[in-house]
Amino acid sequence: MPSDIIRYFRQETLPHIWCPGCGNGIVLRDFAVALEKLNYPRKEVAIVSGIGCSSRAAGYLDFDTVHTTHGRALPFATGIKMANPELKVFVIMGDGDASSIGGNHLIHACRRNIDLTAIIFNNYIYGMTGGQFSPLTPRNKRATTAPYGMIEQSFDICRLAEAAGATYVGRATTYHNQLLTRLIVEGSKNPGFSLVEAVTHCPTSYGRRNDLKTPTDMVRWQKENAVWIEKIRDGSASLKEEQFAIGVLHRHNAPEFTAEYLEVIKRARK
Amino acid sequence: MAKVDIDKYPKASLDINIRWCKGCNLCVTICPKGILSLDELGKITVDKPEECIGCGLCEGTCPDFAIKVVKDA
Ligand SMILES: Cc1ncc(C[n+]2csc(CCOP(=O)(O)OP(=O)(O)O)c2C)c(N)n1
Ligand code: SF4
Ligand code: SF4
Repeated sequence: MPSDIIRYFRQETLPHIWCPGCGNGIVLRDFAVALEKLNYPRKEVAIVSGIGCSSRAAGYLDFDTVHTTHGRALPFATGIKMANPELKVFVIMGDGDASSIGGNHLIHACRRNIDLTAIIFNNYIYGMTGGQFSPLTPRNKRATTAPYGMIEQSFDICRLAEAAGATYVGRATTYHNQLLTRLIVEGSKNPGFSLVEAVTHCPTSYGRRNDLKTPTDMVRWQKENAVWIEKIRDGSASLKEEQFAIGVLHRHNAPEFTAEYLEVIKRARK
Repeated sequence: MAKVDIDKYPKASLDINIRWCKGCNLCVTICPKGILSLDELGKITVDKPEECIGCGLCEGTCPDFAIKVVKDA
């Protein structure tokens, strides 16, 4: 890791708890690089996470961090942001955390367009509890609770966020480090709700059940299946089975919730 | 697994924190020069340090922050 980034970590907590080859460490490092680029004063940053392997990420960072309860990172983050709108608030969630138990919080955070930057570590399953399927497990992929393959349709969390009202939506992978860092930087600068999906890899609970035997196989799968959105838009590429778009997938302008709320306070005081 | 134009990159050396390496093999397979391997304890070793081109792919892929690429001046 670049020496200047390590100062953002609680070094006494390293090495981290994640399995050998787990992509979460890569996402965490790309996030730390984004924090370096953003260069906010440390006291102006709050990092909130839910529960899951990925949500452990908050505890490794030497900022004001809160490791909350499963699915509830966004309500905690909403409270923090409303109480102190000056703070730059980042929210770390797993795919299960964000889309299943926390799914309702997610759509309403998007709808309100509250100025938070959500980073969703999508490893396609519930990692921490042993590989059960999540709403993001692709059809036909195996999980401990789908030993013959997933029969449900999965959410596209980026399209879900866009439809629900998020004003900045992007996706990158653990192979596309620089893109992931860029999306987090731009997401944080966007004055509204930003969702960055980080496609990561869980060799322990997902890869070995889905013919991706090593961490390298999983990263190669990402490289081969991620298609830049620009290529899809200009017609030079289209999505084949298993493939997904990466890049800045959506942005628009809309009133931001904490700013609107401060206006209400002003009006009420008149 | 990645294709890199080697002439674009300056020479570099690798600063490795062996205690953090978990032996996942990602760096070994991503290095375009093939100069890394795992030793008998499953920890990263740099077999041919003089052939490192400083592309930074190993640093970018290591999930355990165990590698730092130091560009030679
Ligand atoms: C209210 C509640 N329900 C269930 C759990 C058990 N639990 C812990 S982590 C987790 C899911 C983790 O999956 P995900 O959010 O995708 O994160 P990952 O571990 O894959 O990073 C569950 C169901 C819990 N801790 N709290
Ligand atoms: S179970 Fe999966 S997500 Fe959790 S630490 Fe291990 S590899 Fe990572
Ligand atoms: S990528 Fe990192 S943890 Fe994995 S073998 Fe290489 S140095 Fe060790």
